[in-house]
Amino acid sequence: MTATQRTDRVIAPSPSPARTPSWPRQPIRPRRHREAVSGRIAAVLIVGIILLPLVPLVIHSFASRYVFPQLVPAEWSTRAWRIVLAADGGTWKALGWSVAVATVVTALSLLVAVPAGRVLGLRSFRGRRILEFLVLTPLLVPAVAVAIGLDITFIRLGLSGTFWGLVLVHLIPATPYAVLVLAGVFANYDADFEAQARTLGAGPLSVFRHVTMPAIMPGLIVAGFFAFIVSWSQYVLTLQIGGGKVLTLPVLLVSTASGGDVAITGALTIVFALPVVILLGVASRHVVRAGWGTTGT
Amino acid sequence: MSSSGNHSLRAEPRRRASPLNRDRSWTKLVPALVVIVPLFTAALVLAVIQSLGYFPLIGLRSFNLDAYRSLFSNGEFWQSLLLSTRIAFLAALLSTVLGIAMALGIRRIWRGRGRSAFLFQLSLPIPHVIGALAMVHLLGQSGLIARLGQSIGLIDAPSEFPALVYDPFALGIVAEFVWKDAPFIAIVALGVLGSVTENYESVAASLGASSWQRLRHITLPLLVPAVAPISVIVFAFAFGSFEVPLLLGESFPRALPVLAYRLHTNVDLARRPEAMALAVIMSIVVMAAALVYLTLVRRVLRGERA
Repeated sequence: MTATQRTDRVIAPSPSPARTPSWPRQPIRPRRHREAVSGRIAAVLIVGIILLPLVPLVIHSFASRYVFPQLVPAEWSTRAWRIVLAADGGTWKALGWSVAVATVVTALSLLVAVPAGRVLGLRSFRGRRILEFLVLTPLLVPAVAVAIGLDITFIRLGLSGTFWGLVLVHLIPATPYAVLVLAGVFANYDADFEAQARTLGAGPLSVFRHVTMPAIMPGLIVAGFFAFIVSWSQYVLTLQIGGGKVLTLPVLLVSTASGGDVAITGALTIVFALPVVILLGVASRHVVRAGWGTTGT
Repeated sequence: MSSSGNHSLRAEPRRRASPLNRDRSWTKLVPALVVIVPLFTAALVLAVIQSLGYFPLIGLRSFNLDAYRSLFSNGEFWQSLLLSTRIAFLAALLSTVLGIAMALGIRRIWRGRGRSAFLFQLSLPIPHVIGALAMVHLLGQSGLIARLGQSIGLIDAPSEFPALVYDPFALGIVAEFVWKDAPFIAIVALGVLGSVTENYESVAASLGASSWQRLRHITLPLLVPAVAPISVIVFAFAFGSFEVPLLLGESFPRALPVLAYRLHTNVDLARRPEAMALAVIMSIVVMAAALVYLTLVRRVLRGERA
């Protein structure tokens, strides 16, 4: 009990541990080797569990007959892949829509999220909490509510079933994520470097290009990655506002899945997942380095 | 613009607003607010107005509470509300607990290894539509797990395998959210479990704290401020998700978002105010739950510090 009270006192004086200077580490790990081995086993198990759900769909996409209780298909086939990747099939068009919408959404949301994240991360002012709340509520409210609420208005404004209509509704859930990530990055950002650059004669653009940008680059990549996958994954907003005219990959995938051909569904799933998995490969190092977990709201 | 490199000032950047730009700093939020607020607010305001029965397009011009009354007297509404709340609660609880456990389990392996970091994050960018379809073929009665069960002699026919998808307890739906969101929570937790946390743990250990005491009084209190908002997002997302219960859920009762969408696309346009009322109710429930939860967390943390 006394130990507990003492440790509490260790934390108490410092409300913001991230800024405390670190002192020499005193590793107290008597059973270090055993810990390392069990840690590695845990890691293999966790990765296995994360990957396992994707295995059946991949197998299905290459199988011509894969029924219970087979663990391995009796016959393999590339039929599904030939259909899904056919030049005149719907896949390429849907892929084009998905890429175009997600790219524009990412660019626009970053454009507005950088100044917003900067203010929320660095500044304190009256009404900050209210503004923060306004920016972040779309993370809480169901997409269905937004989709059906805007339905008639979008039809009346001629935005239903258009590229820009889709970009607009995707911005609603994508922007808050970008702001959240960048606010976390700016909370650990030292704006004094900008003042120093200005003292040395740099203009505002050159300060942004040579000081701010490099400092927040990992955060920008992670924020952009998030905005992209939010738009990429969006189903119900696209279904409602796309009005059946705009077929992005998730909409195509759900209608294919309800068609019941599991092999084609499996192949389309991989087409849909691959781009974002590749993006994760690019962003993942920065996710670790930017440590966007430090986002304090 | 103060250009002082004073460290005591740097420690508290939020209070540093210099007199010159204190009053204008909020203007930088304007672009983001312009993008988010008008559309989002319009959506909610329009939903509220239409839920009150004002729907000129179909000749409804009066304000009343008929839609709400009709919802509240509908048995499926209450069952759906219960179902969605249970899904969201279990998804948030299990993702948070497993995510933190996962982070504690892999934190030594994680550091400085790009490739394993990539693998732990793999479910993060995968869309929920894919996650839901994956669960059908993993947990379904002729799915991979059932086949494995057959191969080791646990079951003979698919019908003997417990219903984990399209099931009354929505286990498949919860599993999908946990699969996607536990790693999400873990990554957030790993961001906190850096060297600073380890320093505190080492100090506590040197003062004689047991591993349970270190977890309870050092590690968890440091994790909670970062993890709590994320578990709220997980709750809200699971509560409001449409495609996951659409692909994995039973036909009765349907999750609230599925019910709302079906009412909205019903051929009978007179049902639309009910769909809007449902949208309004869902939004209120989620925000109220978030508020209560975050207030509780704040109070618990304050008690911890005191």
